[in-house]
Amino acid sequence: MTSSLNLWLIPVLPLAGAAINGLLGKKSSRTAVSVIGLFFSGAAFAWALSVAWRVSAADLPYAEYIAHWIRYGAIGASGSFAADFTLYLDQLSLIMLLVVTGVGFLIHIYSVGYMWDDPSYYRFFAYLNLFMFFMLTLVLASNYLLMFIGWEGVGLASYLLIGFWFTKDSAASAGKKAFIVNRIGDFGFLIALFLIIEHFGSLDFTKVFAQVQPIAPETSGAGLLTAIGILLMVGACGKSAQIPLYVWLPDAMEGPTPVSALIHAATMVTAGVYMVSRSHVIFERAPMALTVVAVIGTLTAIFAATIGITQTDIKKVLAYSTVSQLGYMFMACGVGAFSAGIFHLMTHAFFKGLLFLGAGSVIHAVGGEQDMRQMGGLRTYIPWTFGTMCIATLAIAGIPPFAGFWSKDEILWKAFSSGPEGKVYWMIGLITAFLTSFYMFRLLFMTFFGDYHGVQVDEHGRAHLAHSHAGTDDAHGHGESHGEPHESPMVMLVPLMILALLATVGGLVGIGNRFEHFLEPVFGPGVAGAAGDAASSAQEYVLMGISITVALLGFLLAYVLYISKPYLPQKIADGLNGFYTAVLNKYYVDELYSKLFVKPLIEGSTRILWQGVDRKVIDDTVNNAADGARDVSNEVRQMQSGNLRSYAGWIAAGSAAVIAYMIWMGVR
Amino acid sequence: MVPLSYYLVLSGFLFACGVTGFLIKRNIITIFMSIELMLNGVNLSFVAFAAHWHSLAGQVFVFFVMVVAAAEAAVGLAIIIAVYRTRETLNVDQVNLLKL
Repeated sequence: MTSSLNLWLIPVLPLAGAAINGLLGKKSSRTAVSVIGLFFSGAAFAWALSVAWRVSAADLPYAEYIAHWIRYGAIGASGSFAADFTLYLDQLSLIMLLVVTGVGFLIHIYSVGYMWDDPSYYRFFAYLNLFMFFMLTLVLASNYLLMFIGWEGVGLASYLLIGFWFTKDSAASAGKKAFIVNRIGDFGFLIALFLIIEHFGSLDFTKVFAQVQPIAPETSGAGLLTAIGILLMVGACGKSAQIPLYVWLPDAMEGPTPVSALIHAATMVTAGVYMVSRSHVIFERAPMALTVVAVIGTLTAIFAATIGITQTDIKKVLAYSTVSQLGYMFMACGVGAFSAGIFHLMTHAFFKGLLFLGAGSVIHAVGGEQDMRQMGGLRTYIPWTFGTMCIATLAIAGIPPFAGFWSKDEILWKAFSSGPEGKVYWMIGLITAFLTSFYMFRLLFMTFFGDYHGVQVDEHGRAHLAHSHAGTDDAHGHGESHGEPHESPMVMLVPLMILALLATVGGLVGIGNRFEHFLEPVFGPGVAGAAGDAASSAQEYVLMGISITVALLGFLLAYVLYISKPYLPQKIADGLNGFYTAVLNKYYVDELYSKLFVKPLIEGSTRILWQGVDRKVIDDTVNNAADGARDVSNEVRQMQSGNLRSYAGWIAAGSAAVIAYMIWMGVR
Repeated sequence: MVPLSYYLVLSGFLFACGVTGFLIKRNIITIFMSIELMLNGVNLSFVAFAAHWHSLAGQVFVFFVMVVAAAEAAVGLAIIIAVYRTRETLNVDQVNLLKL
């Protein structure tokens, strides 16, 4: 195909939407804002679809040069450097493109219903569109620098949206926390980029990878590629919420629920996975870095899953679940199964987006309440939400034929078949799968089964309270009182249904490794996947059976604990008192970070930088100079008394001194 | 013949008396007289040098000084009378309206 795909339209359309809504939205009606917000994100999706339709495998990878940006030295000369605004499309970015625009568009639609009563409605849509722009820049970038712009941009959008209700203190500080924790990751990312520039003289994906390709894997020891890989992983840890930088994501739940769905579940947090997959050429030649990726991913998966079990806030459970699922993706990348990671990324976008939107619908239904202990029995009140949430739960728990099963199983299988240490990853992954299934069904049972715990008598008052906090709390605050939980409007339910459909069938593209083959031009045959598929397929089916069993066990345990014997969880919690408290308090990681990093920083800044340097050195230099000048002047101005005779006295003394001097000179 | 240094010492003494009087006295008339004393102290040294060097320039200068002093006395006394009429005092410390 010779005609241009006009890829640039895809990121620019949401940017236009953001600009229009951001600049003019305040004066426009809500309808106008919705139309603009939906049109531009929908147009981006439509264009992405048309690109996917028109492009054939032979055209990929396809690069689209837009404008030149940084040019240093003659092109091709040694020591020269160039980074252009060039967009790059291959199978990997095509999948990301469709996921981001598709899920993003659905969440835009949902937000129309969810945010309708918010006073800053236009601002929300401007931010959402801005986020889409940056995310698409990240995905379509053809060099690390442009990617980094998108990378920072989504960080900014995330900050703006987490702190969307910035009048609420916790939201404002959650936004700051996300931003600062991400900076730590970006620091690693930047250093990795500097190393790449220093050694390969370019940031262009194709150029860098072409130079990396001939390098032999650094099996014997850590070298340059290992360093680059680990530093890139530090960046990915920040953006994708992995240990030790995951702490921002649970707090990010302070943002409106559609934001949690869009940014903190479906799209932005997957940027790290995308970046690692994009850099697979580097990682494949740095086994040590890959091990780091796998270990971090595995640990994060189980660590977050255990925390998820104890949380009672519906959004917090989902947040830790997100962290855990991202851990799976990194585990896949770490064993060299990048396509499995991307596959899980895609299915996760469907079912986690759906879970969050469903949770938003639940929160909407009960008037802003997020504590699952105050819910229960909602399935009769909000059947559509219940149905879609069920599908999402089945999908994430890994029950066939829903989407999560295929991708998760793919990851576990790839981990298992990747060598001796892979068995350990597989084991932990399996336990995590069990925990995932357990806490998701726990969520489902606590929310939708049993009796409704929101006391009806108290309801009006509480709903009223929630309403009065609209704009500061995660309440949507529409006028009607919440006498009874009620189903969300159609504009919110339709995205749920579409996502439910995707969560049901989205995994089927993975049957027969079709997804993997689709990505093969990008990733090659893969490191671990090189082993013959047919020979080990029997083993694969056994493992599949084990995964399903484990998922069902999780379901059964949740059923026993939360449906048939609801008094048991408290007993178990009491039995495991110390451990339970530790998990409930998220292993005190936040407290630990606060003690280790935040407190010393604040102390150091206060004692040394503020009171020491700023006050004692800088302020005192200025103040003492001024004081000195004043004191000297005070002394000197005594001479200028306005008293004529004292002037005369000074003149006399002065002349006497001059004469004395002259006489002395004469005598000498 | 009286040596030059005697005249100069006397001249210096007179000038110093004038300076001292100018500095410590408060009565405006006395201050005025102190100024005259300083002028005449200087005059004395002029004529002493003129006599010593046998030059008339010094004596001519003295005449100029005396003319200026006479003019000064005329203007100065007039000002003093005007001040006394308005302020009813000759104490210079109380004639300080222009001081900040």
